[in-house]
Amino acid sequence: MAVQNELGTDTSSGRVSPFYDPRIRGIVFQAALVIFVVVLVYIGASNAIENLQSQNIASGFGFLGNTAGFAISQTLIPYSVTSTYGDAFVVGLLNTLLVAAIGIVLATILGFIIGIARLSSNWLVAKVATAYVEIVRNLPLLLQLLFWYFAVVKSLPSPRESYGPLAGIYLNIRGLFMPKPVFGPGSWLFDAAIVVAIVAIVVIWRWASQRQAATGQQFPTLWTSLALFFGLPLFALVVTGFPVTFEMPELKGFNFTGGMRMEPEFVALLLGLVIYTASFIAEIVRAGIQAVSHGQTEAAGALGFRRGLTLRLVVIPQAMRVIIPPLTNQYLNLTKNSSLAVAIGYPDLVSVFAGTVLNQTGQAVEVIFITMLVYLTISLLTSAFMNWFNLRMALVER
Amino acid sequence: MSVAYVRETPAEALPPPSTAVGAIGWLRANLFNGWFNTILTLVGFYLVYIIVVPFLEFAIFDAVWTGENREACIGPEVGACWPFVWAKFGQFMYGTYPDPQRWRVDLVAVMFIASMVPLAIPGVPYKRWNAIFFFAIFPVLAFILLVGGFLGLELVETARWGGLLVTIVVSYVGIVASLPLGVLLALGRRSKLPIIKTFSVVFIEFWRGVPLITVLFMSSVMLPLFLPDGVSFDKLLRALIGIALFSSAYMAEVIRGGLQAIPKGQYEAGQAVGLGYWQSMRLIILPQALKLVIPGIVNSFISLLKDTSLVLIIGIFDLLGIIQRNFTDANWATPVTSHTGYLFAGLIFWMLCFGMSRYSIFMERRLDTSRR
Amino acid sequence: MTNKFLPWLVAAALGVAATAAQADTLADVKAKGFLQCGANTGLLGFGSPDDKGEWKGFDVDFCRAIAVAIFNDPTKVKFTPLTAKERFTALQSGEVDVLVRNTTWTLSRDSQMGLIFAGVNYYDGQGFMVRKSLGISSALELSGASVCVQTGTTTELNLADYFRANGMQFNPVVFEKSDEVVQAYDAGRCDAFTTDASGLYAERLKLTNPADHMVLPEIISKEPLGPVVRQGDDKWLTIVKWTHYVMLNAEEAGVTSANVEQMKTSDNPDIKRMLGTEGTFGEPMGLTNDWGANVIAKVGNYGEVFDRNVGPETPLGISRGLNALWTKGGLQYGPPVR
Repeated sequence: MAVQNELGTDTSSGRVSPFYDPRIRGIVFQAALVIFVVVLVYIGASNAIENLQSQNIASGFGFLGNTAGFAISQTLIPYSVTSTYGDAFVVGLLNTLLVAAIGIVLATILGFIIGIARLSSNWLVAKVATAYVEIVRNLPLLLQLLFWYFAVVKSLPSPRESYGPLAGIYLNIRGLFMPKPVFGPGSWLFDAAIVVAIVAIVVIWRWASQRQAATGQQFPTLWTSLALFFGLPLFALVVTGFPVTFEMPELKGFNFTGGMRMEPEFVALLLGLVIYTASFIAEIVRAGIQAVSHGQTEAAGALGFRRGLTLRLVVIPQAMRVIIPPLTNQYLNLTKNSSLAVAIGYPDLVSVFAGTVLNQTGQAVEVIFITMLVYLTISLLTSAFMNWFNLRMALVER
Repeated sequence: MSVAYVRETPAEALPPPSTAVGAIGWLRANLFNGWFNTILTLVGFYLVYIIVVPFLEFAIFDAVWTGENREACIGPEVGACWPFVWAKFGQFMYGTYPDPQRWRVDLVAVMFIASMVPLAIPGVPYKRWNAIFFFAIFPVLAFILLVGGFLGLELVETARWGGLLVTIVVSYVGIVASLPLGVLLALGRRSKLPIIKTFSVVFIEFWRGVPLITVLFMSSVMLPLFLPDGVSFDKLLRALIGIALFSSAYMAEVIRGGLQAIPKGQYEAGQAVGLGYWQSMRLIILPQALKLVIPGIVNSFISLLKDTSLVLIIGIFDLLGIIQRNFTDANWATPVTSHTGYLFAGLIFWMLCFGMSRYSIFMERRLDTSRR
Repeated sequence: MTNKFLPWLVAAALGVAATAAQADTLADVKAKGFLQCGANTGLLGFGSPDDKGEWKGFDVDFCRAIAVAIFNDPTKVKFTPLTAKERFTALQSGEVDVLVRNTTWTLSRDSQMGLIFAGVNYYDGQGFMVRKSLGISSALELSGASVCVQTGTTTELNLADYFRANGMQFNPVVFEKSDEVVQAYDAGRCDAFTTDASGLYAERLKLTNPADHMVLPEIISKEPLGPVVRQGDDKWLTIVKWTHYVMLNAEEAGVTSANVEQMKTSDNPDIKRMLGTEGTFGEPMGLTNDWGANVIAKVGNYGEVFDRNVGPETPLGISRGLNALWTKGGLQYGPPVR
């Protein structure tokens, strides 16, 4: 793997023997690498094909259309025992994306809070935040997940002795149960109102930032957005005469039925991922904030900014440029780490597909191939998006 | 001529108000300056109270310290069941490595520590020989001792290894094998030869893009199918190969950071004195770059050490795995057994990782010449 | 840069064992000097290592019996603990010579995985365990229950089938390893725990209070458990198959590890053929003629192995049931040695 021509040796003189010619060397080395890789892939593939054929092991992707025959505890799409392995794959993928998406949001919020707290002038808060980071970061995530699942969930009460802090909300070892809104006829207006509110908010944000850039006048975008987001749908409900009923969870037989429920596996996985990842995000945020020159804070102080405002308008926007690239890595780590779900029985992609489906079909090569491809796609897409976002943040610099 | 009411000497400075100095002053300045901070402080105290007090009660005050079996640890309000840990301590450290052979593991551990400590402390002489021993000779010696099967040593199958032994073996092999691979990949990624560069980028991004658990599944259920008929690897070795490839991608990125930090002048200086590519890399660039990334390497080691616990999912019993397996021992089945086990695993992992992270910070400060 | 050779050095020395995955397993096993047996990662009574790492159990003894048939030495066997997921690949790839890991014989495993079952050494069926405090007496009352189950097993499919067939709802909680399933059930995460009935008896011993739990009477599936070998090596299949049968025949004829030496002088031609004192039945298999006598002497007959590991006198306390000899109303039937 030599890279002789990096050294810029003069190759035009013609007096160099071909053996020392960097260009020829480069070509030879690269050719050797290509041959090596091709041979390795060929040997591996031919071995695999030979092994599979000679031992009469099924191959190909046809199995995705076969009936799965097993049940899954948490499904975001309709899934039953008679669904196919392909459906099971989609269920697993959606579960992974669900826990990753919620985990990323919560870990970011918690990470920023802890990161800022570490720099707090309040001695106790700073120490607590430091202790949090140093303890959580230095323990294996798997240990933390097992702890949350087997040690903490274990101490929750049985369904018959549930905690019921509020009417309709129950917490027990089978999960967290909540009332589920059921939308009757006429609720289309409610859905429409949400869409309209979101569109309106985007428009207002754009208009407000343009106006501020042009005239310097500020507009209370945050409050307006909140009012729109909650007000419009509420208005829609009032107009249509509340076509919403709530399905309450009820204790029937062994378990609660009806309502919405969060599986303990989901809660434990989310808790573990958020707490673990937040400790890394906190360190990134702290480093980012410390990278902003202290003069910026002082200048803001001189202009009469309050502390919170300084942080929000001066320090964090500048820190973001340092923060975003490592933050991307943490998001990817969280997504990949969600695969540890397999240890605590949350039906994510690895658990359902690379676990159960692999076991039932025995087609290890195809299943592992698809699983790895999915994670690669997710991570490449996330990188691409964050690069784009990073570029935008960088351009804000004036 | 003196006026009686005019002082000739400056008055003694009054002591600062009692609210600004000493414990009270410190409290006011650091904990209770303003209503917001006061609330934060109170919330903080509450958090510490609800976490630290039950923890200490469980781990120390209510804990059971002696006993023969589960009977000792059953009862209301019982804390950690430490006799469980004492009884299983041998397993937690060695797995089911045969008792009469455990001196071999101990010997390896002594060699490991005796060669690592002087290597880690800056200023101890003979670094070069020390490093050669630690990275090249020690692995061979450790391999001979741990596996055996010749030189009169009884063969101990890797299926009998377990506990902390496996945790350390996996992370050490992961790091030692990933260093050279990582250097090659990092150089490859910075190469101007398109194929080599593409290959390195694809290799690195592939391993960085997939979760370790799928890599372990791959090595445990898929790799055997890719080997020629009749060749099979030991299960632990397969996991080690997977982990080494996986960590070499991360190592490559760490080393690339170091390579990028070397000023261009160094590369040019190498050319100016007529060194070839490999010569200038070996003699000028890498020694500087590798030194710069020592903290990064230590951090990789920390994450690898934590990640090794994943091997329990494919049925290799590392420290966490063997502790978990013992929860189902009927002799020790109590409501607090699993808490105790996790606490013990946590303490060991935390001491190792925290110690190394302190070391990494220390090296970072030492290497950071800009602050001096 | 000497380090880059390290992995290869380790590879070369540590584990790369050449074992013909296909052609002649017996010759291979003889060449390397020991039998590599795929075992459970830990199922009490059937196959699990004790604190010292010594393997014990019903399936483990069967591996030892094969080793005796070949080497006349029950210690010439090594065990590879395998998870449910790994077991078939390990066998397919030649990592193990035979898989004796309470594995259910099904059509698709015979037809699609390149494997073949050598017989049934344990007739099992899937059952449920519940807490006594739940106050139910039949699996049909389990509608709406959370059920803990291990992934990658026929159990998981049977469970879904059973609830569907009876029009009941359930919520599966699925784990990779049986220990995790037991822990979750013990924690109260599930109302019921399902696996093969034999497994229920074994796992019950791991619960905090075994007396608080009961096994429901329903057996919802057929689970013929048996040793598995690779397809395409009939000679090897024969050895594994007949090791089981010779142990059955020995029990039927009343030959035990204690009396096998006297029995060699027996006049009964069946016993003589079985113990190799008459005819040459071992040599065509590639074994010695007294292989049967060795197996009985060093490991014992089927009944002895059963009683020693899982029988009524052991903590598991399983009665023979379907696994009694055909002469005693069970299903275990050894074809004649002749």
